[in-house]
Amino acid sequence: MLLLSWLAPVVLLIVWELLAQAGWLSPQVLPAPSKVVRTAFKLATSGSLLNDLGASLLRATAGFAIGGSVGFALGILVGFSRIAEAAIDRSIQMIRAIPFLAALPLVIVWLGVGEAQKIFLVALGVAFPIYINTTLGIRQVDPKLLELGRVQGLGTLELIRRVILPGALPSILTGVRYALATAWLALVVAETIGAQSGIGFLAMDAREFLRTDVIVLTIAIYALIGVAADGIARTLERRLLAWHPNYGSAR
Amino acid sequence: MTLHAVPSPAAIAPAVAVTGLHRAYGSRVVIENLNLRIERGEFVVLLGESGCGKTTLLRALAGLDAIDGGRITAPRRPAVVFQEHRLLPWDSLWRNVSLGLNATDARQRAATALTEVGLGGRLDDWPRNLSGGQAQRVALARALVQEPELLLLDEPFAALDALTRIRMHDLVRELVAVHRPGVLLVTHDVDEAIALADRILVMREGRIAFEHRMKRNGAAPIARTDLLAELGVGTSHPIPA
Repeated sequence: MLLLSWLAPVVLLIVWELLAQAGWLSPQVLPAPSKVVRTAFKLATSGSLLNDLGASLLRATAGFAIGGSVGFALGILVGFSRIAEAAIDRSIQMIRAIPFLAALPLVIVWLGVGEAQKIFLVALGVAFPIYINTTLGIRQVDPKLLELGRVQGLGTLELIRRVILPGALPSILTGVRYALATAWLALVVAETIGAQSGIGFLAMDAREFLRTDVIVLTIAIYALIGVAADGIARTLERRLLAWHPNYGSAR
Repeated sequence: MTLHAVPSPAAIAPAVAVTGLHRAYGSRVVIENLNLRIERGEFVVLLGESGCGKTTLLRALAGLDAIDGGRITAPRRPAVVFQEHRLLPWDSLWRNVSLGLNATDARQRAATALTEVGLGGRLDDWPRNLSGGQAQRVALARALVQEPELLLLDEPFAALDALTRIRMHDLVRELVAVHRPGVLLVTHDVDEAIALADRILVMREGRIAFEHRMKRNGAAPIARTDLLAELGVGTSHPIPA
């Protein structure tokens, strides 16, 4: 079954390669996969690919850390406190209703086109899914388990640590997975505007010179990093939710 | 553990004493001027139809619901076993049993408690690998590991199959004989009451309407039909006891 699931993509790749080799596909439109691999190798050995990759990963990580922390902190606050919910939830929901990429022109006016703008955009995209799922997770904790915690004599802090946070964790991790996807989307857009380094810069630069092989390469890199990020999120779920019947394989 | 001779009830503090308890939801009175005293080591079963106030009473004793009048005197926080096991699915069995236990030897004590309920080999197992009866045994271990002076059981066997329920009755009787907490078991199962109780109470419209002290050694136990009659069932067609 695993073999079969890989059959279609591999066949597609081979057909693509053959069409390109036979000259049916112009290299200006779509270069052969082998050409893309050669380009990747050349750029990697010259060091520029790793530089750009590093710049992109750094932005993504910084933006994720900042946006994730803010979203998580606000989510905890609103999840636990009805007063905090009344005070800030509506504002957050209203800001969330704006597609965060629509705020891009304003962000550029505020922060220019430097690192701050890119990290801010990633953070903005990350904060909302983390916020919503943290709040939701806390609210969905089984009240019967909370009652049990009280019967067993748990104090507030212990109740949070032993019952509420573990109960909210599946939802929080779902938020992390959404946030990772949004982080990449934000990064792609941010890096196509006024970047001096990064995978997005590489793609824009290549467009100037009609280097479709480099453009296809950057698309492939975005895809691979997306897959890797999702893999990390899945591993986290398997490890942290080993007890959960829908994840992991406890015993 | 050896069983000591029980001092006369008046000499030691009761597991719980309730005087003039009153509870109402709006204008609807659920518990009215209720008095109850349970000695340590005494097994009291509270019978009653749905909505008679028996669960309200148990929750008041557990400190889970407020009371509108009267007094509840209990030496320490009681332990509770609910109808659902309420195990934390993200914690191993020993972590579940030792929940709220502030002791350095928590794991050791959880192990002892789990052994008592016949699950000594499964300290690190997950709740989801347990059957209904096993999960309820862990809940029982979690209650007893606190060494409570009052054990509150809220229909803990209602969701179990008939055979498992009988085994649980035996287990509970043994455990109570060893730990000797005062027990209040809330149920609507007459046979369960006869099997376990030292004293049977029937609650009706917020009051204790009937009380019967069981005589264990040889004396004739209460007839099932009498109890059912108190609950308003089968008065015209007596069932042989």
